Amino acid sequence: MSGFNYRAIWSIYKFELHRFSRTLLTGLLVPVITTSLYFVVFGGAIGSRMTQIDGIDYAAFIVPGLIMMSMFTESIFNASFGIYMPKFAGTIYELLSAPVSATETVIAYVGAAATKSLSVGTIIFVTAHLFVDVHVEHPVAMAAFMVLIAVSFCLFGFILGIWAQSFEQLQVIPMLLIMPMTFLGGAFYSVHMLAEPWRTITLFNPIVYLVSGFRWTFFGRGDVGIEFSLLFIAAMLAVCLTAIGWVFRTGYRLKK
Amino acid sequence: MASIITVSGLKKSYASGYQALKGIDLEIEEGEIFALLGPNGAGKTTMISIICGNVRPSGGSVTVAGHDIVRSYRGSRSAIGLVPQELHTDAFERVIDTVRFSRGLFGKPRDDAYIEKVLRDLSLWDKRNNKMLELSGGMKRRVMIAKALSHEPRVLFLDEPTAGVDVELRRDMWKLIGELRQTGVTIILTTHYIEEAEEMADRVGVINKGELILVEEKTALMKKLGKKSLTVTLAQPLTQIPPELGEWDLALKSDGSEIEYVFDTRAERTGVSSLLRRLGDLGIGYKDLNTQQSSLEDIFVSLVHQEKAA
Repeated sequence: MSGFNYRAIWSIYKFELHRFSRTLLTGLLVPVITTSLYFVVFGGAIGSRMTQIDGIDYAAFIVPGLIMMSMFTESIFNASFGIYMPKFAGTIYELLSAPVSATETVIAYVGAAATKSLSVGTIIFVTAHLFVDVHVEHPVAMAAFMVLIAVSFCLFGFILGIWAQSFEQLQVIPMLLIMPMTFLGGAFYSVHMLAEPWRTITLFNPIVYLVSGFRWTFFGRGDVGIEFSLLFIAAMLAVCLTAIGWVFRTGYRLKK
Repeated sequence: MASIITVSGLKKSYASGYQALKGIDLEIEEGEIFALLGPNGAGKTTMISIICGNVRPSGGSVTVAGHDIVRSYRGSRSAIGLVPQELHTDAFERVIDTVRFSRGLFGKPRDDAYIEKVLRDLSLWDKRNNKMLELSGGMKRRVMIAKALSHEPRVLFLDEPTAGVDVELRRDMWKLIGELRQTGVTIILTTHYIEEAEEMADRVGVINKGELILVEEKTALMKKLGKKSLTVTLAQPLTQIPPELGEWDLALKSDGSEIEYVFDTRAERTGVSSLLRRLGDLGIGYKDLNTQQSSLEDIFVSLVHQEKAA
């Protein structure tokens, strides 16, 4: 057999979606409930005391941040778990002994995790409409942005899953790094609201550029220029792809 | 017969400096059952893992069905079905799904008729809708064989197929392997039971400490391995073997309180009863008798020594 093993991609993709489907109820309910809670707390309780931010209602202002936050964690969690589990259960032997290339493996696992992450993002977007009037200025850019974010964070999650040697290590990066960075990355406020030196310090947080870029697709403006946001995503994709290339070339933590 | 697998100068060393394989050369013929014998840690699994793609070789080369395992891995891996030693399964998957998954992973189009045949042959058809976690260990191993056969491989690797399996299942497994062979699949199995190699294999390779000590037709090897030793614990220690016992080639052990006689279990006359009779005639009393099959480990050690001496 030669050429591209698209059947393997499809098999892994289906296997992963089937895995997600086993927890379909919690998988779909959790984002809906979380989003609703955020709207009650931030949108209702706090938002009513706040004036607009950059001319946008606070409740609407937090929608892009909420979607981004959930997509970051979902992407990392699903993609890292997807490749960590076979390593943990030992079933990875089959993948390693199958005529499947690195590219095919990554497309399948990252594709499946990104699918899940995009569905969660979409659910939150739809749920948000129950609470606020959300107007999207650049819908195509918004969809494209979500895909880019899903793919790049799933790639990152995939690397994390290969690196991790315990369930704790699997949790450490999303909980101790990504979550705080998201909270401090302007998901719920505008960077302009910060005083110096925090404003400058915040600009070293890559999440700021991602949230800001996504907010731009909604309202036509963000904390930083959209070109910086795109630059950051491109950089992240490039770094992740390079890392994955290295992983498969050296067999790092996959092959002895 | 034509070779389906050619291993030349295969080496594996780890970062720690440990050499798991020290230059293995081996030809596997198409259609044969080849048993790889060796004690734990001899390098059996390492060799299989390299051929299948789970471990990277440090040196040498392997071709499977004419495909180099590194340069043309799609070709080599497509020809191989692997059943690893450990029972690694996806606990929540159904039997039939996991077997179909394997076929897809190897790039083959869905074929329900073939999958049904494989499951029926392995007595798994009734269990096809069971989740993996509901199966017994023996059944799980069958599923792993079904997964390995799902893509119609030409070579099947069975890494210790009967490790931790009870006697009855072991018999079943042997029967199954015999049946698989009828389909023309080349089978390479590892084991540390001589009995197993004896039962099934056409040829046997003995591997120890990363070296392939010998590769022989089973019948020839079994002759070498079919030795037993008889230990006679004497009532009174002897200082030397009496000349009347010269024809048995005995060894005095434990400061003269035991004599040891090594005999061939396949010989027409083992010489055991005549030896005991002669002991009686000579008035040499004994307290205990003990016969022992030399352990595989012992045999390996002696084989290694023979190799070194030669």
